[in-house]
Amino acid sequence: MSLTKDGPTPPPATARRGFLDVRDLVVHFFTDDGVVNAVDGLSFSVEPGRTLGIVGESGSGKSVTSLSIMGLNRGRGTKISGEIWLEGQELISASTEEIRALRGSKMAMIFQDPLSAMHPFFSIGAQISEAYRVHNDVSKKAARVRTIELLDRVGIPSPNTRVDDYPHQFSGGMRQRAMIAMALSCDPRLLIADEPTTALDVTVQAQILDLLRDLQKEFNSAIVLITHDLGVIAEATDEVLVMYAGRGVEYGPVKELFAAPEHPYTWGLLQSMTRLDRKDQDRLRPVLGSPPSLIHVPSGCPFHPRCPYDAQAAPASREIRPNLIETTPGHQVACHLEPAERQRIFREEVSPGL
Amino acid sequence: MVRFIIRRLLGSLGVLIAASIVAFGIFFLIPSNPAVLYSGRTSSPATIQATKVRLGLNDPAYEQYYHYMKGIVVGRDFSSGPGDVNHCPVPCLGYSFKSNEPVTSILWSRLPVTFSIIIGAAVLWLVSGVAIGVLSALKRGSVIDRGAMIVALAGVSLPVFFTALILLKLVSYDWKILPNVHYVNFADDPLNWARNLILPWIALAFLFSALYARLTRATTLETLGEDYIRTARAKGLPERTVIGKHTLRAVLTPIVTIFGLDLAQGFTGAILTEKAFGFVGLGQTAVSAVDQSDLPVVIGVVLLSTFIVVIANLIVDLLYGVIDPRVRLA
Repeated sequence: MSLTKDGPTPPPATARRGFLDVRDLVVHFFTDDGVVNAVDGLSFSVEPGRTLGIVGESGSGKSVTSLSIMGLNRGRGTKISGEIWLEGQELISASTEEIRALRGSKMAMIFQDPLSAMHPFFSIGAQISEAYRVHNDVSKKAARVRTIELLDRVGIPSPNTRVDDYPHQFSGGMRQRAMIAMALSCDPRLLIADEPTTALDVTVQAQILDLLRDLQKEFNSAIVLITHDLGVIAEATDEVLVMYAGRGVEYGPVKELFAAPEHPYTWGLLQSMTRLDRKDQDRLRPVLGSPPSLIHVPSGCPFHPRCPYDAQAAPASREIRPNLIETTPGHQVACHLEPAERQRIFREEVSPGL
Repeated sequence: MVRFIIRRLLGSLGVLIAASIVAFGIFFLIPSNPAVLYSGRTSSPATIQATKVRLGLNDPAYEQYYHYMKGIVVGRDFSSGPGDVNHCPVPCLGYSFKSNEPVTSILWSRLPVTFSIIIGAAVLWLVSGVAIGVLSALKRGSVIDRGAMIVALAGVSLPVFFTALILLKLVSYDWKILPNVHYVNFADDPLNWARNLILPWIALAFLFSALYARLTRATTLETLGEDYIRTARAKGLPERTVIGKHTLRAVLTPIVTIFGLDLAQGFTGAILTEKAFGFVGLGQTAVSAVDQSDLPVVIGVVLLSTFIVVIANLIVDLLYGVIDPRVRLA
């Protein structure tokens, strides 16, 4: 795990690169309303066999990050800078054709809503075979055999016949399984799952997460799991990156993050999580306010307008944007509060209410 | 699939019967006496009475309708008494009041003209409209896109007869590229048939092509924003497959649907086109039949065009079931 400092100085070129290593990623969209700072200096890395969870509210830049890795938002009006290294190859400077060749083979993606993410007019089998045949020079027949294998592997019953069904003939969970089969068709080394369980009901969610975990063991792929569901994070990830307004605000091992979170925003997320073991009289405490505009990002720490501890960190929190700084080994936090003070607040004020 | 076809066929039959009842109703709704129209204004009362018997005009309306419909299916004998039997073969649509020709043969001789115009124009507007629309969408905001959309706006705004006359004036008279436009039978001379039809095709297709270009552009832009297009790219498909297969497939579905309806609209357009170019097709026939109160011909044209439109829609429906797999279950 190489944890890069979120600062203006790039890490030395000799530093060991992670399998997927994102360094100081910046994504700006130029719109009629102004420049959208969708991602603003983000760094993280993932190793094979490990799962990184990226969590944050809508509009925090989670999906934009994943699309940038896949090279799917290279359109006009988009400016991407920084570095994305995948197994030693830099992706931002790679040509469109180079990145296309990687897409679906070395890195694959699973999307949120499997109904809209599958073409309604092509059969499930045709769509999976197609993904396989783009990167493998095989006959239609061989691709079909492979497709049926894959469908079987992701747990679709009677894959021999279901292979010719259309997406609308599948249930939501089955569709997501088919999406996973499609993503896995070329044994990708990196799998990006963008809210793979959000559109599914809870029992199916667990099955899909189990499936992803099993497949990860089997193929030893690196997984980036994007979600706004802390339950999913707790269940399925090894490391967590909490994003806010296009930046990481807290980053560390999943156990550490749930046991000793240090960023007020992470506390807010934990407090707004539904739990069965919560007492009835305890009410959910949502993070007050709404996510900031990414066109006019608040000065200083972008979370300060919503932060209940802003007064204690002022005026620095309103003027200087905090960087991710290591507090305990492997655990980084971007906050102006003193580490000891943060730990005290969590212990005494936040933790009892969770 | 079989049930789908049967249901659509039954529906089509219903439409045809309804149309025939309405068309036949004209006989009784317009303030004129068919027997007088048939025999001529100066005929004696005796002649008119004989005509009434001959045409069965004394029968109640439903019986006349029954005979008419039966005539279409099994043929019909007109008779004013023994020894004077005139057999009208299947499909019998009666005789023109004016020329006494069987309506069927009138229609039969005019149909190829209208058909030639519509089919050629339809192919032209479908291909050009979709091509321009997709290109515009892919090059959104470019000079090509803006230029195409301005021309399309003009196309939507200009009536067929205006386009037709401009084309005639410029291409035919001034530049003499295609002089002396007239209808040539396809069977006689296919090359000349096509050459003489180029202008009518362009005149009729311009309007529809413009509509299709705009529709295709909008649908393409919408489709390009769909999640499944992103999935197609995420699979690593080359851009030409993403556009040519995944996008186009989705774009064509609504186009095919309205194409069936527009073929019907094309009939109306064809009348104006025929008129402008002096072709004698179904449209011209219908217009002059209406002018002259030649009721059998009017009804014949109405029934024939209904039939064609219904068939076109039936084909589109069946095609739609093939193009959109979700329809089959519906």
